[in-house]
Amino acid sequence: MSSVDGNLLEVKNLRTYFDTEDGMVKAVDGISFQLKRGETLGIVGESGSGKSVTNLSIIRLVPDPPGKIISGEVIFNNTDLLMLPSEAIRKIRGRRIAMIFQDPMTSLNPFMKISRQLMEMTELHLGHTKAQAYDHAIKMLETVGIPDARTRADSYPHEFSGGMRQRVMIAMALSCEPELLIADEPTTALDVTIQAQILELIKTLKRETGTSVILITHDLGVVAGMTDHVIVMYAGKIFEQAPTTELFSKPGNPYTKGLLRSVPDPTAEQGKLYQIPGLPPDVAHLKPGCPFAPRCDRVEEICHKEFPPFVQLNADHYSLCHFAREVYADSGGTPA
Amino acid sequence: MATGKNPDHDELIHIAPEMAVAEADVRPEEAGEFVRGTSLWRDAWRRLLKNKLAVFGLIVVIIITIASLAGPTVIKRTFGFTADYIPSQDIRMAQSFPPFTGPDGEFSWLHPMGTDNLGRDQLARVLQGGQISLFVGIIATLVSLLIGVTYGAIAGYFGGRIDNVMMRLVDVLYSLPYVILVIVLLSMFRSQTPRGQLTLLFVAIGSVSWLTMARIVRGQILSLKNQEFVLAARATGVSGGRIIFRHLIPNTLGPVIVYATLSIPQIMLTEAFLSFLGFGVQAPLSSWGSLAAEGVQNIGIFPWQLIFPGVTMALTLFSLNFLGDGLRDALDPQMRTV
Repeated sequence: MSSVDGNLLEVKNLRTYFDTEDGMVKAVDGISFQLKRGETLGIVGESGSGKSVTNLSIIRLVPDPPGKIISGEVIFNNTDLLMLPSEAIRKIRGRRIAMIFQDPMTSLNPFMKISRQLMEMTELHLGHTKAQAYDHAIKMLETVGIPDARTRADSYPHEFSGGMRQRVMIAMALSCEPELLIADEPTTALDVTIQAQILELIKTLKRETGTSVILITHDLGVVAGMTDHVIVMYAGKIFEQAPTTELFSKPGNPYTKGLLRSVPDPTAEQGKLYQIPGLPPDVAHLKPGCPFAPRCDRVEEICHKEFPPFVQLNADHYSLCHFAREVYADSGGTPA
Repeated sequence: MATGKNPDHDELIHIAPEMAVAEADVRPEEAGEFVRGTSLWRDAWRRLLKNKLAVFGLIVVIIITIASLAGPTVIKRTFGFTADYIPSQDIRMAQSFPPFTGPDGEFSWLHPMGTDNLGRDQLARVLQGGQISLFVGIIATLVSLLIGVTYGAIAGYFGGRIDNVMMRLVDVLYSLPYVILVIVLLSMFRSQTPRGQLTLLFVAIGSVSWLTMARIVRGQILSLKNQEFVLAARATGVSGGRIIFRHLIPNTLGPVIVYATLSIPQIMLTEAFLSFLGFGVQAPLSSWGSLAAEGVQNIGIFPWQLIFPGVTMALTLFSLNFLGDGLRDALDPQMRTV
């Protein structure tokens, strides 16, 4: 039952606000994007830019209160998830849309055996009996490369290292063969060597199962190797949206350029690392104009006054900037 | 292998990345000979056994429990009398003898704790009283566990308005002077039969003793429910009830067990206090409190009538408290260092 245009997921004008004592925090403010079957989408941004909230909104796990999805549509396989009753959305979570979280240290229940936590998934969604679920759990643990899975399955999470736990999380997420896997900074808490292993694992499993993936990260290096499309988020808005190669070679937004410059270059001589000046804005008290203006290196007067337009630079390339075309041209692109 | 069992090992990885690279993730050197690791419970048990006072408490509690359960039967088989046997046929027997003294004033094994005013064997009565005291303590604690844990967990998990309403109710009940509440309950519904009175005592104590448990569990759940594993469970489509009972409550068990162990002596003390005042257990049933109440009337002439039930109760309460403290240290090792 795939939709006509092959979109697995279509997010339209999603707004998720948090009603705090400090005022209305517009964590996600009018986000739209599409994800095709089998594709990988990267969402990049600094902490607090709304990446995680976007994805929690997709499966409706935004803590409410204080969070609330104000408006928008999340169309998954032609169904608007935001309209579904909570019973129905629960059948989708884990079964058709699975999630992996940032910190494998805390995302497993410390009081349950690994096997038990894996079994819960398939018992719940696939109606497995205990024995079936156990066998399936072992199979999944083997799939994600846990040696001696049968013995280790009955361990507790504290007996596993961080990388192993993230493997367990992936095993759990994939055990019902979901159509969409949302990985929320899956490697942030891990060592660099383990990061590479985990990313490779996600990539392999994705290729084998044809699952679509949304990869949330603040590491541009991860995005480069893993994704087909990239969304750059800032202050709850999409700042730039482009195919991965295009975004890296011809960025059309000053913020993306700043991010790209901030990636440390291991071949460069020792020196000062580049950083975008200033801090991300307080999304509860946004001034009119571009939220990035105070930190932008090519800011002009209009940036402080008017909210920038979402400019289409190319077939698949959009940028939120008053000077998107100029920036794009600077990077060597020819605006369409 | 020590590394596999040590929960601190993961911290080590964070601190020493260069070590982690060497043996991180797969740890092939131990994959083959992986030993089934220690669960949190086994760890706690090991720590408990290191605590001498707690072990002492555990042993005393076990001895007293076994003695109370088996004692009256053994005495009946050996000597032929029960706790409520009144030797009324023989007027010489129906009086209070000191410990180890027969009717003729000679040494005798018949009544190691002496007899009470009516000539009933004191040892049998103390043991039978122990049955009821322990029974009241344990059952009331179980009731408070059941109600308190469920109530607190629901309030904590759902939060917001539900939590507010539920916990304000607890506050209201808390603010009532509960001993007076229990006394009023017991005297209003004063039952004719001793068993009925005992049931009333359960209801009265049980209805107030779950409040603290509910607060403890709610507090635990509040801090647990924002942890990532709960979000992860929700993201896998687990329902609210299942999250509460399968994921959250097991994580609160440490403090809950500690509090439950400590609340057994507390409830036993309440029972003794009520029985002492005459509201609790009625004759011919006895509890340590009602025995002490009888004993205190004759304290000048027959001190053993007070001493034996009093000392037994004190010993039990001490032991339970030591055991509870030991359990707290064992289940929550960080607390000791604070």
